[in-house]
Amino acid sequence: MKILVCLSNVPDTTSKINFTDGDTKFDTNGVQFVINPNDEFGLTRAMWFKEKQGATVHVATVGEASTEPTIRKALAIGADEAIRVNAVPTDGYFVAEQLAEIVKNGEYDLVIAGRESIDYNGGMVPGILASLSGMNFVNTCISLEIEGNNATAVREIDGGKEKISTTLPLVIGGQKGLVAESDLRIPNMRGIMMARQKKLNVVEPISASKATDDVKFEKPASKGQVKLVDADNIDELINLLHNEAKVI
Amino acid sequence: MSTETTTKEILRGGQFLVKETNCEDVFTPEDFSEEQKMMRDSVIEFNDREIVANRDRFEAKDYALTEEVMTKAGEMGFLGVAVPEAYGGLGMGFISTMIVCEYISSGSGSFSTAFGAHTGIGTMPITLYGTEAQKQKYVPKLATGEWFGAYCLTEPGAGSDANSGKTTATLSEDGKSYKINGQKMWISNAGFCKVFIVFARIEKDKNITGFIVENDPSNGITLGEEEHKLGIRASSTRQVFFNDTVVPVENMLSERGNGFKIAMNALNIGRIKLAAACLDSQRRITTNSLRYATERKQFKTAIVDFGAIKSKLAEMATSLYAGESASYRAAKNIEDRIAMRMAAGNSHQEAELKGVEEYAIECSILKVAVSEDVQNCSDEGIQIFGGMGFSEETPMEAAWRDARIARIYEGTNEINRMLSVGLLIKKAMKGHVDLLGPATAVGNELMDIPSFDTPDYSELFAEEKEMIAKLKKVFLMVAGSAVQKYGPALDEHQMLLLAASNILIEIYMAESAILRTEKNVKRFGEAAQKEQISMSKLYLYNAVDIIIKNGKEAIVSMAEGDEQRMMLMGLKRFTKYANQPNVVELRNTIAEKLKAENKYCF
Repeated sequence: MKILVCLSNVPDTTSKINFTDGDTKFDTNGVQFVINPNDEFGLTRAMWFKEKQGATVHVATVGEASTEPTIRKALAIGADEAIRVNAVPTDGYFVAEQLAEIVKNGEYDLVIAGRESIDYNGGMVPGILASLSGMNFVNTCISLEIEGNNATAVREIDGGKEKISTTLPLVIGGQKGLVAESDLRIPNMRGIMMARQKKLNVVEPISASKATDDVKFEKPASKGQVKLVDADNIDELINLLHNEAKVI
Repeated sequence: MSTETTTKEILRGGQFLVKETNCEDVFTPEDFSEEQKMMRDSVIEFNDREIVANRDRFEAKDYALTEEVMTKAGEMGFLGVAVPEAYGGLGMGFISTMIVCEYISSGSGSFSTAFGAHTGIGTMPITLYGTEAQKQKYVPKLATGEWFGAYCLTEPGAGSDANSGKTTATLSEDGKSYKINGQKMWISNAGFCKVFIVFARIEKDKNITGFIVENDPSNGITLGEEEHKLGIRASSTRQVFFNDTVVPVENMLSERGNGFKIAMNALNIGRIKLAAACLDSQRRITTNSLRYATERKQFKTAIVDFGAIKSKLAEMATSLYAGESASYRAAKNIEDRIAMRMAAGNSHQEAELKGVEEYAIECSILKVAVSEDVQNCSDEGIQIFGGMGFSEETPMEAAWRDARIARIYEGTNEINRMLSVGLLIKKAMKGHVDLLGPATAVGNELMDIPSFDTPDYSELFAEEKEMIAKLKKVFLMVAGSAVQKYGPALDEHQMLLLAASNILIEIYMAESAILRTEKNVKRFGEAAQKEQISMSKLYLYNAVDIIIKNGKEAIVSMAEGDEQRMMLMGLKRFTKYANQPNVVELRNTIAEKLKAENKYCF
């Protein structure tokens, strides 16, 4: 089985978010980047398939050279080979088209992408990629078993779970549940050394359509001062809500 | 992995004092390779997951946890970073070894001690002095954590005077084995180790001899109870008793009588690694204190906005910055020297031994400086936390207790202070470092009329670099005069040696911080290094004060009359700022940046 894990290079969850260029660009200054957590759950599951079922695991990302530490971490964790499409990931459609080209050339049986990246939270890539590649698709996947050509996946749905049976080739939009958080791997020293010798292929992007443009980013308005009203003083609370906050 | 090695002449140990170092020639934490950063991040994740998350268990003396996490560290490859690949390790360079040691040591002093004792003094004596057979037999198991090592040097009556141990090794009649008898004390990892490095005296030898002894209770080895200690509570520390313990002759380490040398060389490496081990602790303490100060409100104000707290945070960050700068500067020197020796045909073993030995002065300086900085930092950390800092609920009190041992083990700070100056003088005698010429020049300068020109200090660090050059003159004046006056008897003047050492330490640390910043300003621009510039200036300002105090003490203790007056004048001249730095402003700049980033961010 040949697996492709799609990785997004995203800011660490504790990063301070700021914008530049008149609020049109994310300010990467001082930001530490990591593997998108939803992708990391997928990568860890792929490692399981590699170790238990002899799968080959490739990872791919769309990004500039600055994303290489993130890809190399995946190699250090155990992926066999990496592909970087040398382009700025402008929007979900663009990324999916680039990845579809890799899928087409690589003859993958299983493509694991994160349900969404935690930076722009578009959530588009896995679905578009499945469609462009003509593969089956399971989104918000929290469990995946493969036997021969058959796949059994569990999806998270509102208020419960849905068990699905499908066949390869398959794209999944993965998330926490594919593996537990405690299963996530820390690259060991030998893995880090080996990563140096593994292939990291850089390919140029195919011309692809960019469907959207970022016009402006806005941060949530900062919270104002809190006024505490005594529980016995309902009249004042109503007065404040009506006259000051103007919400009732 | 070895970072890029320059073909330029590498400064010898101690030469920083008499030769100018270019900022381009120092290695800084900003020079870590992508791979080294990945290793660092890996260790940080491991530390957070396995050590920091289990802080309470370590504090509750859970010795089994220490062993369990050590085993996991072995699986991750952290124990074999410095071990050559031929013996199951990863054969990485000295800087990578320092990085792993630094970032794995900050979660708990208990683990830090177990890790340091095993990878350093527990394993290194065999990799550095073992025969091929000994290395093949023991090192692969030690490198992977299948076996753990411990180092048995100290005895009830032999602490700092390590060569005075009473443990004996007696050759059997058939000449095939030694019988070891004696009592060893404060043995880290004793409770779970498989291999002891034991130092014992054969007959009436002047020097002790090293042996590799496998832990086997049926071979006359018994352990004392776990010691109950102020800090590093889950580090297994026991007495080890050897009662007619039979050790085959092939387990002798190096040659008969070579034990003291092994013990001292293992400690050289241990010292610089101990400095590294204190750095990330200091970083965590600083960040934790900063975050607490940001959340804690008094008088309707976050206490981080009070000058009293800002001052502390700025000083905590500054000493850490200097510690990082000096530790990686020395580590790179060591790495380069090892590479140079290997290129010249030395075996890895020889190259590593000589490489580290060359910088024994710097290793001692770092051990003293960083262990004291982490202690002060944790003390101020408790102060920032106030009453909460005194409570076991917050990590401050454990950090403070754990830091305390660093000033004692791997040679007390007093021994290391005297050693740093003693070694430097020895190097001068051997002609490795020319102290006499520069010291004479300083002597002549003292008789001259000082120049009244006003130098141009407009360039960044112009005045600071001149100050460093002058501070070196203070050391040369004090040490030169001390050697002249007392000759070989200088050893007996410990208070004078301590004062000289304090001067030496401050010079190395202050210079390292300035060189690091200067290098980074050239790469990243002055605006991006504003706070680093402030820290370098603040460190130097503090260093000058320490040097004035110690200089005075030393001069008055050994010179009288005109000579004393002349030297005190020299001290004044060599420590004089043309433009006094505004330290309040410097501290504010540093503190504001820390506040904005909400972590130690340099």
